[in-house]
Amino acid sequence: MDKKKLGYWLFFIALFLGPLYLTEFRLALMGKFLCFAIVALGICLIWGYTGILSLGHGVYFGIGAYCTAMYLKLESSNGQLPDFMEWSGVSALPAFWIPFSNPVFALAASLIVPALLAAMLGFLTFKNRIKGVYFSLISQAVVVVFVTLFVAKQDWTGGTNGLTNFTTFLGFSLASPLVQIALYMLTVIILGLSFTLAARLTNSRAGRVLSAVRDGENRVRFLGFNPTSYKVFVYSLSAALAGLAGTLFVLQVGLISPAMMGIIPSIEMVLWVAVGGRHSLIGAILGAVIVNSAKSFFSETYPDIWSIFLGLLFIIVVMFLPNGIVGAFESWNEKRNKAKQKGGTADAADSVVS
Amino acid sequence: MAVVITQLFNGISLGSILLLIALGLAITFGLMNVINMAHGEFIMAGAYTTYVVQQAFSHYIPASLFNYYYVAAIPLSFLIGALLGFVLEKTLIRFLYHRPLDSLLATWGVSLILQQVARSIFGAPNVAVTAPTWLDGGLTIAGAVLPYKRLFIIALVTICMVSLYLYLDKTAAGRKMRAVTMNRSMASSLGVSTKKVDATAFAIGSGLAGIAGCALTVLGPIGSTIGTYYIVDAFMIVILGGIGSLIGTVFGALSVGMLGTIAEFWSGASMAKVIVFVAIIAFLQFKPAGLLSARTRSLE
Repeated sequence: MDKKKLGYWLFFIALFLGPLYLTEFRLALMGKFLCFAIVALGICLIWGYTGILSLGHGVYFGIGAYCTAMYLKLESSNGQLPDFMEWSGVSALPAFWIPFSNPVFALAASLIVPALLAAMLGFLTFKNRIKGVYFSLISQAVVVVFVTLFVAKQDWTGGTNGLTNFTTFLGFSLASPLVQIALYMLTVIILGLSFTLAARLTNSRAGRVLSAVRDGENRVRFLGFNPTSYKVFVYSLSAALAGLAGTLFVLQVGLISPAMMGIIPSIEMVLWVAVGGRHSLIGAILGAVIVNSAKSFFSETYPDIWSIFLGLLFIIVVMFLPNGIVGAFESWNEKRNKAKQKGGTADAADSVVS
Repeated sequence: MAVVITQLFNGISLGSILLLIALGLAITFGLMNVINMAHGEFIMAGAYTTYVVQQAFSHYIPASLFNYYYVAAIPLSFLIGALLGFVLEKTLIRFLYHRPLDSLLATWGVSLILQQVARSIFGAPNVAVTAPTWLDGGLTIAGAVLPYKRLFIIALVTICMVSLYLYLDKTAAGRKMRAVTMNRSMASSLGVSTKKVDATAFAIGSGLAGIAGCALTVLGPIGSTIGTYYIVDAFMIVILGGIGSLIGTVFGALSVGMLGTIAEFWSGASMAKVIVFVAIIAFLQFKPAGLLSARTRSLE
């Protein structure tokens, strides 16, 4: 086992053992950050490896979370109409809510619905060779569309308040610390599995094609590949990861609202990956944890400064650290190794002379 | 009849404001291929400039002249917007010409900072600007009332459009700008200073956003997030119109304005935005390059 692999194993084991050394409050925060890390993995796949900048991942995260939240809401209502529907004067459960009383359906939907939506949007845009910034701006418009819909259809979605007040999941009380610890560990396991899947993908033949699409889409086309299908595939995979993260998020935080899937949260997701290092999967995870830790620290102590700090972070990363923390570390490491080698050859040259 | 006229008029009115915002973006996007997410904050800067000018007039200038504050505010808003744009181009954008996706992220950061700065100076709640009294009332045509405020904005946008056309078509500096848009390296080898052209174009585009902000103050209260409300629409208009085509932007803005008001009439304000964006994405299925796009044989 090489050094890098050992490092990854240690990293995930340390995360897994979090409940041993983190307080209940910190553990809850960490669980939330690790959900975000799963989203970051997906963004790293499409942005860092394939060169698609999506400013709309909040939507996939949100839809995944809403699918699970609908099940939780129905379970907490004990067969009655969810409270917010009564308030908006709905008399019967809307038809599309009914299948969500089945947990298997709800959990499957939280993966499949974001993936299908992404596949549709991706197919329509990538097929027409709409790419680069055009795609980014269109994905941002999609965010506006969904947030507006979710807010406007208050009787179906709970409006700006979103869905909250859940009590149990599959019969387990969500308030119990033991259940929360189990959910945290589940999140770490799923993060580890997603990381392995993403790493396998990027090292495979298909992964090479993805990087090739990033560096020269037309050349890939001339070589006989169809970039559209590769792009649609990786885009819907990353949407599914975001949906999965949404499920884990809503189970741990107990709330999902349109504000969490808006334009600003969506672009913050990109920042996590940019800070960690867009070409590195482990960087994406680190970036999500570091940026969110900084966010919770700053917004607890200096709420006004946070948005200025966030803005500066965008500028600094783009101008001075285009490959993020991992990239900076790698280039520092390379320089050190080169210096060592230089020293080595100098010695060798000396020995020839003598 | 009155309803039809009102709807048509509202469509043109909304379209003309969107046009003013989108024009600045079309210039910078078409010319330099950078995305300026802070464009919305130049709208905000123009709006707050108008607010400051109004405050200054009510404190230091005799009350009889108060109504003319708006005349002073328009050029000042342009100058403040242009200055901010110039500084942004010189300090940040010019390093990012070949990285459009990164320019998007960096200028988003600038926009967050500018919004927070505005909140710190002017406070978080929206501020109201009293419109000059000569803009009160309206023109009545066939039973439909056309407010002077909106007529004034349409006139202002028309003046801006004509001046921009004259600048791009009749002056040496404007022609250089068009030359750089069409073929940057060829213009550069024929002795056009592309650096100078870039900075000027950016300043003009940002100045137009400033005027848009000034125009928005007569329609309602203004706040630090006024720019984010319009920026996504403006980008969609630029894409719809076709990159590098200012005429396309004009048609794009008017059709979005028209469709927006009609959809709003039928289904309410929030659904209108959904309908407009879905329509734009659907339209791009047929013409991925937009309404009017420069014919080119290049692949990229």
